[in-house]
Amino acid sequence: MSAKFKPGDKVRVRVGSPPGHLRTPHYIQGKTGSVAAVHGTFRNPESLAYGGDGLPKQFLYLVCFEQTQVWEQYPASRQDRLLIDIYEHWLEPA
Amino acid sequence: MPRVHDRGGWPDAGPINKAEHDLSMWEKRTDALLMLLARPTKRVLRVDELRRAIESLAPDAYEKLSYYERWITAIEILLIEKGILTRTEIDQKAEEINIHQS
Repeated sequence: MSAKFKPGDKVRVRVGSPPGHLRTPHYIQGKTGSVAAVHGTFRNPESLAYGGDGLPKQFLYLVCFEQTQVWEQYPASRQDRLLIDIYEHWLEPA
Repeated sequence: MPRVHDRGGWPDAGPINKAEHDLSMWEKRTDALLMLLARPTKRVLRVDELRRAIESLAPDAYEKLSYYERWITAIEILLIEKGILTRTEIDQKAEEINIHQS
């Protein structure tokens, strides 16, 4: 199994609120950022949360966003960044 | 519309109280209970399940309960769901403790 994205790739976070447990907060959905690091593979918490085995493991990425892109009327510097962990199935190429 | 636990970007309710505060004994016991239930050798439950159970609370209950009250409520939900304890057993035990303490 290989990672779909590599550091530097532009990615967009999928939009959705499927019933159940997810680790992709509402405020980051639909935003575009870039992959900062590939953390490796981990059991899927969306399955673990219901007593499942969390398999197959999912790639987890550290994704970087400009704060001015995340929040409307963000008051500070364009250099401010948000770094957040996102699972691969929540990302698409941008 | 994000669910009640998904707080990022919500209007805030004023500054966060950052003062240190002591934990009560029941809060420490709740923490210890979760650590025992979630330890890898037994793994009666996972923290992912605890999160899911907390997120399943009705919005008004979620807002009303304190941090460890959410934990212990979620632990109860999961132990009942897994058939380890029943609601009746938990309520009876709580009643016994109330009688001893009063």
